[in-house]
Amino acid sequence: MFDKLKSGLASLKAGLARTHNAIMGGVDAAFTGASREGILEKLEESLILADVGVGASGEIVDKLRGVFGGKDPERLKQLLRDSVYEILKDVERPLEAGPSPFVIMAIGINGVGKTTTIGKLAGRYSGEGKAVLMAAADTFRAAAIEQLELWGERVGCPVIRQTQGGDPGAVAFDAVRAAVSRKTDVLILDTAGRLHTKVNLMEELKKVKKVVGRELTGAPHEILLVLDASTGQNALNQARLFNEAVGVTGIALTKLDGTAKGGIIIAVANELKIPIRFVGIGEGVGDLKDFNARDFTDALI
Amino acid sequence: MLESLSDKFRKVLKDIRGQGAISESNIQDALKEVRLALLEADVNFGVVKDFCAAVKVKALGKEVMESLSPGVQFTKIVHDELATLLGGADAALELKGRPAVIMLVGLQGSGKTTTTAKIALELKKRGRNPYIVPADMFRLAATLQLKKLASEIKVDCFDEEGNSLGADIKDPAGICAEALRVAAIIGYDTLIVDTAGRHHVDAELMGELKNLKEILKPSEILFVADAMTGQDAVNTAKGFDAAVGITGVILTKFDGDARGGAALSMRLSTGKPIKFVGTGEKSDALEVFHPARVAGRILDMGDVLTLVEKAQGVFDEKEAKELQKKLKKDSFTLEDFKEQITKIKKLGSMESILSMMPGFDALKKAKDIQVDEKELVRVEAIINSMTKKERTDPSCLNASRRSRIAKGSGTKVQDINKLVNQYQDMRKMMKVFKTSGAKGLKGMMQGRPR
Ligand SMILES: Nc1nc2c(ncn2[C@@H]2O[C@H](COP(=O)(O)OP(=O)(O)OP(=O)(O)O)[C@@H](O)[C@H]2O)c(=O)[nH]1
Ligand SMILES: [Mg+2]
Repeated sequence: MFDKLKSGLASLKAGLARTHNAIMGGVDAAFTGASREGILEKLEESLILADVGVGASGEIVDKLRGVFGGKDPERLKQLLRDSVYEILKDVERPLEAGPSPFVIMAIGINGVGKTTTIGKLAGRYSGEGKAVLMAAADTFRAAAIEQLELWGERVGCPVIRQTQGGDPGAVAFDAVRAAVSRKTDVLILDTAGRLHTKVNLMEELKKVKKVVGRELTGAPHEILLVLDASTGQNALNQARLFNEAVGVTGIALTKLDGTAKGGIIIAVANELKIPIRFVGIGEGVGDLKDFNARDFTDALI
Repeated sequence: MLESLSDKFRKVLKDIRGQGAISESNIQDALKEVRLALLEADVNFGVVKDFCAAVKVKALGKEVMESLSPGVQFTKIVHDELATLLGGADAALELKGRPAVIMLVGLQGSGKTTTTAKIALELKKRGRNPYIVPADMFRLAATLQLKKLASEIKVDCFDEEGNSLGADIKDPAGICAEALRVAAIIGYDTLIVDTAGRHHVDAELMGELKNLKEILKPSEILFVADAMTGQDAVNTAKGFDAAVGITGVILTKFDGDARGGAALSMRLSTGKPIKFVGTGEKSDALEVFHPARVAGRILDMGDVLTLVEKAQGVFDEKEAKELQKKLKKDSFTLEDFKEQITKIKKLGSMESILSMMPGFDALKKAKDIQVDEKELVRVEAIINSMTKKERTDPSCLNASRRSRIAKGSGTKVQDINKLVNQYQDMRKMMKVFKTSGAKGLKGMMQGRPR
């Protein structure tokens, strides 16, 4: 158990090391004879390059500008770390599966990693000895149902499904009923990827949520927005609009195993204060970790 | 609120007029706005720097024209430079060899599989005989996904189980080799190969891609990237290019609200042309890349060109002149508004039209505007219930007049209030168009801007 945790941390750090290098590469270079203002500018540039965004980067650096008097690189690093941690610590709230059946609904734009994240989650919960059920409420994309079923086989979890082109609300309805009657601990709903700007598709999502709530009071207990770490400033719009439509209760940030920095999550945390639950660091079942603000920050800076 | 980049330029450049030429000092602030706009659009930091330097060179020493406002002039310089950099090379598909092979590569979830089907359909429409090859054996159900799409668009798809030669296929390389043989026998002239998503830093998987390239000898290796990609676009595009030598880029999910700055980042860092943009989930949602339009989008100046083209078909020259006169005199009434609505309805859905207008997305966000298609019908009914005087001079609409109109049109007083507000907003928007010159409403109504 401890070993697993450790190796998980190691791979998270390896992934973030690239981010770290990008930022610190910038910072270190900045210290060679630069003026204080030069250092701060370089710092801002590094944050922007990590997709933190012009606004949030500016704010973070302005804050440093206020408290940092000298040119001591170590102190600067620590302060930058603290500023980022300050924003992220409030959103470090791991997901705790409550009373059964605990219903999780994964949402997000196309291709961000919803189905994969669900598969990983199912693997994790059944590993903990919980009875898990998945539901293929993506009835739109070709072979989305089969993709989830294959994940079901991989992690040994049943999948509730209907046919492609069917009504996602009906799948959700069936799934909640099945979860209740089978005494399932965790029910995870996959939904079709949709752009947050498509009004009719967002309406459909609202409907699915409503159906779930009608069948089981308090459900869905977690509406998990999946964001792709390689996404730039648009992730903020995604978070805003999905949140307005169905109320996001948690975020999973995927694909942190590449070179993308995922810095936009800082802007999202800053503005929306939605808990960041998980980070995805690969395509395997084990490649989903709880978000840890200290690790994230330490690896980032 | 409704502050497009051209508004900002106008503001920061308003004092230039009469200063003779654009100089280092008088465009400093405008360049800052360019920088900010590009960064917010996700153009890579390094690319932004280069771009600003290039724009400066273009702008410096230019005479400040008396005919154009300096804001418009600068907008044009920035827009044109951006369009030039985005465009350039010929974006046609290179289909050499028999069969010609197109290979799609990219990160996980960028849209390769969907795009494979889109290209196949496009080529079929162009009279070719394409063959789809699913070489992503890694992602669960990826092959099945492509098979389903292929059968929807009625294009043949390689089937590793039912392949006619009965070969024992274990990996993507086996699929590709087999598909080539099948193609030779059946006579497909084009292969479109989908590959598994991967990170460019994954040496093993990039090695696999190189191997596939060896086998397939593709005349096109297209890098499929998400239009929402952030700063990392430069790294990934360069990484894939270095490993397999991409021949072009396809930007997906362009139907969203991402400004698409990654287009510029990838274009400039690889020098490879952007060939297509994906604009929807259906297999026919593939469009040729238009540099000028995307430039407008990156700068958040709206897709004015598209609107111009569409509008040409609906508004005739004489009416346009009429309307223009009214706008000039600021005597644009609700009557005219109604007429415009009737015409606009012919252009497409309200949402799609408005989203092409500069600053509309910002306006929509700020004012929480929901575009309701039924609203047009309501608006027409309301205006129909107004007297001539009310239509020409909406400022006379007091409470009792409003409640009478509501009754007459079967709507609520709030609807009337909303309409009057919208009308006022629209007049403001018209003014923006008017002052933004060639690319503004004037150009739109008269046809293609010069
Ligand atoms: N490297 C890496 N790849 C990931 C991660 N999460 C998902 N992926 C990959 O991203 C691709 C898309 O994942 P899906 O789970 O199908 O995404 P989705 O959001 O369900 O996609 P749609 O249903 O098509 O909208 C797949 O190739 C996954 O293997 C991650 O954390 N790291
Ligand atoms: Mg999915």
